[in-house]
Amino acid sequence: MKHFTIVSILVILLTVFVYVLLQAVGLLPTQASSQAVIIDQLFDIHIGIISFLFSLIVVFIGYSFIVFRRNKLLPDEEGQHITGSSKLEIVWTLVPLAVVIFISYLGAISLAETRKIDPQALEVKVTGGQWYWSFDYPDYGITSDALYLPVDRQVKLSLTSMDVIHSFWVPEFRVKQDVLPGENLVKELRFTPIETGDFMVLCAELCGGAHAYMNSPVKVVTEGEFQDWVDEELGNFPQDPESLGERLAKNNGCFGCHSVDGKDGVGPTWKGLYGSEKTLVSGEKIMVDEEYLHESIVNPNSQIVLGYPANVMAQNYSELFTDEEINNIIAFIKSLE
Amino acid sequence: MKSFMSTGIVKGILYQITGSFMGAGILGGIRALMGLSWKTEPAIVLGGLVGAIGFMVGVGGFKDWWKMALGEEVNEASQVFGEQGLKRYFGFSLDHKVIGIQYGILSMVLLVLGGSLALIFRVELAQSGLQILNFVQFNTLVGLHGMVLIASILMGIAAMSNYVVPLLIGAEDMAFPRLNAFSFWIAVPASIILMSSMLFGGFETGWTAYPPLSVRGPMGIQMFFLGVFIVGWSSILGALNLIATVLTMRSKGMELFKMPIFAWSVLATSIISLTATQLIGLSFQLVMFERLFEMSFFTPSNGGNPILFQHLFWFYSHPAVYIFVLPGLGIISELLPVFVRKPLFGYKWVAMSSMGIALTGFLVWGHHMFTAGIEEYLRVPFMYSTLLVAVPTGVKFFSWVATIWQGKARFPVPMLFVLGGIIVFLLGGLTGPPSGTVSTDLHLHDTYYIVGHFHNTMFGGFIFPIFAAIYYWYPKITGRRMSETLGKIHFYLMTPSFFLMTFGQMRIGLLGMRRRIADYDPAMGFDFTQLLITIGGYLIAISILIFFYNLIVSAKKGESATGNVWNSRSPEWDILPSPAPAHNYAGIHFNVVGEPYDYGLKGSKYVELAQVEAQSKESDE
Repeated sequence: MKHFTIVSILVILLTVFVYVLLQAVGLLPTQASSQAVIIDQLFDIHIGIISFLFSLIVVFIGYSFIVFRRNKLLPDEEGQHITGSSKLEIVWTLVPLAVVIFISYLGAISLAETRKIDPQALEVKVTGGQWYWSFDYPDYGITSDALYLPVDRQVKLSLTSMDVIHSFWVPEFRVKQDVLPGENLVKELRFTPIETGDFMVLCAELCGGAHAYMNSPVKVVTEGEFQDWVDEELGNFPQDPESLGERLAKNNGCFGCHSVDGKDGVGPTWKGLYGSEKTLVSGEKIMVDEEYLHESIVNPNSQIVLGYPANVMAQNYSELFTDEEINNIIAFIKSLE
Repeated sequence: MKSFMSTGIVKGILYQITGSFMGAGILGGIRALMGLSWKTEPAIVLGGLVGAIGFMVGVGGFKDWWKMALGEEVNEASQVFGEQGLKRYFGFSLDHKVIGIQYGILSMVLLVLGGSLALIFRVELAQSGLQILNFVQFNTLVGLHGMVLIASILMGIAAMSNYVVPLLIGAEDMAFPRLNAFSFWIAVPASIILMSSMLFGGFETGWTAYPPLSVRGPMGIQMFFLGVFIVGWSSILGALNLIATVLTMRSKGMELFKMPIFAWSVLATSIISLTATQLIGLSFQLVMFERLFEMSFFTPSNGGNPILFQHLFWFYSHPAVYIFVLPGLGIISELLPVFVRKPLFGYKWVAMSSMGIALTGFLVWGHHMFTAGIEEYLRVPFMYSTLLVAVPTGVKFFSWVATIWQGKARFPVPMLFVLGGIIVFLLGGLTGPPSGTVSTDLHLHDTYYIVGHFHNTMFGGFIFPIFAAIYYWYPKITGRRMSETLGKIHFYLMTPSFFLMTFGQMRIGLLGMRRRIADYDPAMGFDFTQLLITIGGYLIAISILIFFYNLIVSAKKGESATGNVWNSRSPEWDILPSPAPAHNYAGIHFNVVGEPYDYGLKGSKYVELAQVEAQSKESDE
């Protein structure tokens, strides 16, 4: 009995030590959503259990090795002949069983709490594509490449993908949802930001190529600042074709593949593109003019520039954009000398 | 030179190359006859398949079956005395011990390949920014690292099972020696095909190969699919053989509950392999067909569903984790009593816990899909079933601790690796539940935390135990011991390096590092930890190089060890000399007269030679 008393005390001490250590290290990013608060409570319980079970096993093993070590004078000493105890086995089957069922129950409660629905939630349609995020605010008629959110108001995201599977994740909000292609597979994600500041939405599902860079800014602002942003988006921007084209390109993820500063990307850079000479995969040399740009937007596979892959760019821009919009984008490309 | 060219493996590879060109040529020819132009993708798939068959013809895998089909006589495996010496390991052999070593060599070759792939991309990740790799190269390396090591693990457990199980249960060989050889050799062309995906543009999808991404993109993915598909055959056939062997070839008097415990874990693992592997083969085959024949199983715009793939894939790939770890946990249970000189605590419970893990393992695949967009309510039952796995796993841990309690422990190298396995697997087990409860997993899914957790389970459940097994059974194979000093250096270098690596991985994962990204934002502050992870990885590699040096040099120069080096009760140590003779116990009859792990019980034996028993009877009279 003496041994078990000592071991129990050691287990408790080590448990407390490990728990305090893990908490002190700061395991998780800041809590910037009400969901994060709920989820972190469950993390706390997990950390407690991990600390206890780790200490339990390690202390028993370590104690036994030290205290019951072999007598140096009896090198052939054998252990005691104890083959087992059904009573003990039943205990350490049933007790863990009860514990895991209880943890699952807590997990279910935690999940339910994170999914509480607020009918007043702000709706945002999120579109993921290789390799960009685009955010639509149907209530305001705004499309943006950054996710602006008012603080302390639930947001309801409807997520869909243009091509492969992506995943919406903001570490500070804790929640994550895969973004699937297919009209019948639009997924929903709700959370309530509780802290103003700048965050990043990261694509968490490997989506090929520039997956690592599929990040977009998330700006959580006060209700007033959000209104200002809406107002500005709705009217206060230049209406000339170049600026309209730039907004369109920015909000539809074109810059994910085409840089505007001359850097090489998945697709050719737009800087100095207009009027330059390019060699196509077919070997043909062409001069980039308006006609070529138009064709490359609506039917991208027809004239791939040598050194760039086919089948990467979406084929449906003629449906997505009006002719006027395409002309605006071309006007923008022309302006990038 | 002639004898080199006639070695099984050399001939096999030559035939495979020829077959690959033939397959590709046939497809090109048929297309040409139909007036169609050359298309590389279907050509390499058919080429790969014909190449694999070619390898099997070249190595001699069909020879006996062909003779049987013609009605000619073939030798029983027990009458075949194959070549001796090193050469036997490079050709077609029916001896389970030779096949076990062959599996072991292949496993170690794949371990080196898969590990080296990681060493390359770890250099890329050691600091932020893109330095040495482009995106496709990075993704190919990450995906192949995963799958090559999965193949290595499958070969490693097959090596242990093949070499050890017949010896443990007193069998002369496996139940189906030809099938056994076939299961091993088919894995060789499969591994070559898998690696060849690098030659065809690589692939972007990681080892999980989720469509629609795997439907687009470079065609290297086809070689990846084909390689895995064929490795799957090896796994299924090997499992079938092991189940038959364990159930029907046990020595007289060895009831199921008197088998050495490792045989139980092999039985449990084989049941999973036999019944689940089809699902990964099927899911990969469907994507293969989607690419080749435009059957849109998984593309929504043509009526498919990408989530269907994930269900099929994880229905194998989650139980697969238990395929990988159960034999390793069996090794821990098998060796622990030998080194603490105490019976295995609760033998029947430990045996049944393997079966329990195998069974519950089938019910939990949905936890890989908590964020995937499955029906919302489904996540809750999958959470309950997932945490349920903790119960039989807990039984193992508590039984190990009770075995160790008051034991008189010895700490030679195999025991060190057993202990390392217990502690590392404990960390793997304890870091699991946070990703098992749904809401916390919403944060953890697809992060580096999962990478850390997974490497804990694989190192604790496979890497540490297989090293323990190699150090432990090495004298049985060679008649010599591996160097204790080098073994200790290996252990004391690898273990802390591994902790450095895995704690680093989990740490940055919790803070927001995603899996499978070639570059990360320096503003997140991960650079230093990433560098530590890379250093940890390289130190592990160095420790494994020391292990290989020990492994090779000890075969010639190791201390001679022909007897029962570990003072074990198990028949292969108690009865057989080292190295183990061909056909094991042929001509030696032994009876099971006691329990396998009654250490500490004076005068008791597990097995006894039949003659000894006869003599003692005589002397009684």
